[in-house]
Order: sequence, then structure tokens, then C-alpha cells
Amino acid sequence: MSIETIDLKTRLVADFHARESVLNGEASSALHQKKRAAMAQFDKLGFPTPKNEEWKYSNVKDLISVSYNFNSDSSLELADLEDLKIPAQDANIVYFVNGHYHPALSRIISSQDQITISSLSEAYKKNPSLVNSYFNELLKEDQDAFTSLNTAFAQDGIFIHIPDNQTVEHPVILRFVSDARAENVGSQPRNIIAVGKNAHVKLAEAFRTLGGARSFTNSVTEIFIGEEAGVEYYKVQNESDNAYHVGTTQVRMLDRSQFYAGTVTLNGRFTRNNLNIILDGERCEAHMYGLYFPDGTQHVDNHTVADHRKPNSESNELYKGILRDKAKGVFNGKIFVRQDAQKTNAFQSCKNIVLSTEATMNTKPQLEIYADDVKCSHGTTTGQIDEEALFYMRSRGISRPEAMALLMFAFCADVVSQIKIDSVREYLENVIAQKLASK
Amino acid sequence: MLSINDLRASIEGKEILKGINLEIKPGEVHAIMGPNGSGKSTLASVLAGREEYEVTGGSVVFEGKDILDMAPEQRAAEGIFLAFQYPVEIPGVTTINFLKTAVNEIRKYRGENPLDAAQFLKMVREKAKLVSMNDSLLKRALNEGFSGGEKKRNEIFQMAVLEPKLAILDETDSGLDIDALRIVSEGVNSLRSPERATIVVTHYQRLLDYIVPDYVHVLYKGRIVKSGPKELALELEEKGYDWIKAEVEAVG
Repeated sequence: MSIETIDLKTRLVADFHARESVLNGEASSALHQKKRAAMAQFDKLGFPTPKNEEWKYSNVKDLISVSYNFNSDSSLELADLEDLKIPAQDANIVYFVNGHYHPALSRIISSQDQITISSLSEAYKKNPSLVNSYFNELLKEDQDAFTSLNTAFAQDGIFIHIPDNQTVEHPVILRFVSDARAENVGSQPRNIIAVGKNAHVKLAEAFRTLGGARSFTNSVTEIFIGEEAGVEYYKVQNESDNAYHVGTTQVRMLDRSQFYAGTVTLNGRFTRNNLNIILDGERCEAHMYGLYFPDGTQHVDNHTVADHRKPNSESNELYKGILRDKAKGVFNGKIFVRQDAQKTNAFQSCKNIVLSTEATMNTKPQLEIYADDVKCSHGTTTGQIDEEALFYMRSRGISRPEAMALLMFAFCADVVSQIKIDSVREYLENVIAQKLASK
Repeated sequence: MLSINDLRASIEGKEILKGINLEIKPGEVHAIMGPNGSGKSTLASVLAGREEYEVTGGSVVFEGKDILDMAPEQRAAEGIFLAFQYPVEIPGVTTINFLKTAVNEIRKYRGENPLDAAQFLKMVREKAKLVSMNDSLLKRALNEGFSGGEKKRNEIFQMAVLEPKLAILDETDSGLDIDALRIVSEGVNSLRSPERATIVVTHYQRLLDYIVPDYVHVLYKGRIVKSGPKELALELEEKGYDWIKAEVEAVG
């Protein structure tokens, strides 16, 4: 059997065991035991097929049909990034290239008293027990094939720790660049963000691609939010037409904490985002915003979970999409209200504009409510551009394409305006305006 | 300025306009009256280029150009303005941003440079005074949550900003109380000039107390069945439309 015909799963399993055999002492560490268990889980599950309810509308056949180099070296320098037009930012900036921390491009400006920002591998070397106390703790209940795979291979990513009562003034921007100029590349960044009691921080994860070969990103971020803490977390995907992305963000919130998430998918061949929030405290507030613009044959799938486990908390969700050409969109929003979670407020809305008869949007709200004194609502709409509004604008001299762009930009505005890192919001406004004007 | 010749139009296969003829010269104000369902709003819509209507015959020549093949935005750039009976609410687009886009798209069409932000604001402030448009309305999303009166005022304000050669007011008086009617009418009157013409589409005479027309036309069953001086409007107010209908039936 030639190497090309071995499927991706078989190869990854073999890879894992080959690595394990050279680990020596580390193989017995607590962290490695988690990895080994995750590998067994992945081996058992295999990559999902559309028979799996969670992957019914998102077929990964294409994603797993080729091989990727997960250890690709990149000679990336600052000059290589010029084409990506990344704005200058008054922020902590950390670069990962093909999943590996890139110190030369990174810049930490916040003081170490306020926040620890280091690569996961560095953090583990310095303090293995601290890293292990967080690693996979949020995911262990429910590992799917991709998160298991990430856990098994987790090497690098960010480790952020914010002590109690610290408000981090400068945002933290994590830039993940896939350098696919020479070959198909794979990366599996693993991020841990631990926010102490009454601590506050703004974070962004930005995903970009260089080059035209395939890239496959399988990322996992675990966010631990302490009591009364506040976290704003944005994920911006502006990858190539040949980029495959599966990402999971797993969040746990404690009493009186606040969490804002904004997930914006500007471009990419295949995107699956899982955003799972456990509201494990009282009087928590979780806000989820999302925006996506697939065109061509692109595929964007957002799966979200708001799991209310304690009373008196609120979750609020708004996802919006504009689909063109033969694009496919999927939204699956689950709300769980556990028996103890009385007085829960949970709202969910997904609104879409479908601009072509060949584009499709599948939306599925899923509410499972086991408490009796709760307020929950959900709604989805899928429609076209309002022709009456178009005619109104055209009758004032605004051309049809310009009127369409204005209406679509307005459609996006209530999501974009929620992004509180100014440089990220301004970047998005520019890119979205260009994207809407270009068609 | 505007020459409508045997204009026929239908919607979903049903003929609404059955041969309209109308000549309008610069400076004139023409009122189009008629009972409900006679085709008044259809005429306004067809002139502005609403695409649901299919023009099945005739011609409309504006300033020497046949406009029937022009897109709505092109007609606007040529100088035609329709004040809507039901202005559309557009969430997320501010009135000011909308108008700036409109002004500069029209300027581009005419080969003029775009106005910069300062020039535009200065112009807008002057025009806003004409119809007592509050600054706060300009910054709000276009017509969203506006009262009926505010929406109509916004229409006239947009007209003042765009300075059309031909303004078509479609039932601008509907839903207005007497104060709003006065403000809107004053706005329209202040824009009257020897170069501009106005078509006032209305069901009632009361708007014509404020915007005094040069000619009154009665539209009935898709045709102009009677034309006359402004006094005709008073006669219609007094006697209703039945005598006109009777006249038409007698002839027809």
C-alpha cells in the first residue's frame, strides 16, 4: 500500500504511537494520560460522517481526502505578511505559524503582573501542574473526533492566565497563520485562557492563510471565567479559498461573570465553529454574535451551545449570514436549561439573506428545558434582499449594486457594532464593505 | 419637459394604465386626481421606474430622452424624484449616510466630483431647515420608527437635497395632520421655480389649498378623462367623482 492511499485517520493514529514511543518519562505524565485517552477516543470515533447528527449538513469527506504536513517548517517573516494587510494594533500580539509559536513576530506589551501570556509549550515546561490543571478540563465530558484529535496532538498554542482583580487594558490578539505556500499544511493549536475572579480581558483569534495549497486548522480554545470576571472573545476567520477549519471554543462561566463572543467568518473553503458555553454560575450573562459570508462553493457551519446549569442567568444569541452563489450555511443552536436553572433567560436568533437560488441555509434551533420557570425564545429567518427597500434607494439615484451593498452592510451592522476591540471592528468594517461591494 | 404619449402599463397581466397622454412644461404644477383604483399611484410608480409594472405601450420622453428603458437610479440622476406614499423603513442605514451616497452617485452620473463631508453637511443643514427636519432624525436609521408626518417630511427633505427637475408627490398628504401638511407644503412651495415641474398625485383637494396647481387632471379607469384649471379640484371636492364617472360611462 503506497503512502498516499493510507487514509488520514490511520496515518494520524500511527503518527501518535510513533511519537509516544520516543517520549521516555513524559509518557507517564498526567497530561500525556489525557492525550492517550483522547487518542483512543479518536480511534474509536473516527472522522464524522453525515450519519452523525452533529455533522448531518457538514461533510468532511473532502477535508480528509488529502494528507497534510502537521510539522511543516515555515520561513515566514514579517515582510511575508504584507499582502495580508494586517492593521497595526495597540495590543498584545502573538503569532502562531502552522500552529507553532513565532516569537520574532510577537509582541507583549502588558505587564506580567496583569497577565501571563506564553506559548503552551513554554508554560508547560515552567509549570506542568498548572497547565495540567486546566488542560482538557472543560472538554473531558464530551470529546468529539476533532477535539479528541486536537487533545491527542496538542503541542502549542497560547496559555493565558489573568490573576484575580486584574483588568487587562490592552487586548490580546492571537494571529494564526497557515503558511501553505509550499505544501498542504495542518495545524492543531490548543489555547488555554484562565481568567481569575473579577478579572477582565478582551481577546481575539484571527486566522489567515498564505499561499494556495490546502490548509487544515483544527483548533481548540478552553476559556475558564472566574466569578465576576468579564471576557470578550472574538474569532475572525479570513482564510484562503483552500482553507479547511474546524474549531471548538469551550467556555465555563462562574457566578456573576460576563462573556461576549463574536465569531466572524469572512472567507474559507470549509468552516465549522463550535462554541460551547457552560453557564455554571448564577447571574451570568453570555452573549454570542456571529456573522458569515460564504460565496462560491464555500461552507460555513456554526454550532453553539448555551448550557444553563444554575439559576438566574441569561444567554443571548444573534447569528447573521449572507449567502451567495452555491454557498452552504449551517446554524445549529442548542439551549439547555437544567432542572436547577430556574429563572433562566435564553434568547436565540439566526437571520440570513440568501442571494442565489443555488445557495442553501440549514438552521436548527434546539431547546431542551428541564426547569419550569424560564423565559426562552428562538427564531430564524431566511430571506432575500427587500425589493421595496432596493427600489426606494434606487429611486434616489443609488445604483442597484451600491444599494445592495448598503443594505447588506446595514444587515451586518448590529453584529459588527458588538465588537469592542476598535482595531478589529474597523478592520471588519473595511473588509466587509469591500466584500459586499466586489460582487 | 415631460411628454407622456399613449402610455400603457400592466401588473400581473392586468392593464392599469390604458393610454395616458400628458404634457408638462418647466415651472408647472399638475395635480392628478381620481377615485381609488384609477391608476394614480401606478402612473407615479411607472414614471419612477418601479419594475413590477410592465410598460406595454406608449412613450415617456423627459428632457428629450426616452426614459422607459432607464433604470430607476438613472431616472433619478436625470432629475426625476418620487416622494413615496409609503416611505420605506431601512434599519441600519442612517438618513444622512443614505443621502450622501445618493448625492454622490448622482454627481458621479453627471460627471461631477463628489462632495466632501463638510460641503455635504453644510448643504444638508440648509435644506433641513426648509422642512424643519431635526438633526437627530438625520442621524437615525432611515425612516425607522419615524411617525407618519416625519416620514413625509423626510421625503420632502430628500427632494430638497436632490433638487430634481421633476418632482412627483404620490399621496403626500395621506396620513398628515394639518400642521404637518402645512410644513410639507411649505417645503414643496419653497422648491418651486421656473425650471422645475411638479406632479401632485392626490385623492383629496385639501393639499391643493397649499400647493396650488396650474392644471388638474382626473384619472379614471387608467385614462385621463378630464383636465382643467385649479378650479376643477374645487368642483371635485364639492361634487365627488360620480358625475365624472357618469360622463365617462355616457361617452364610453
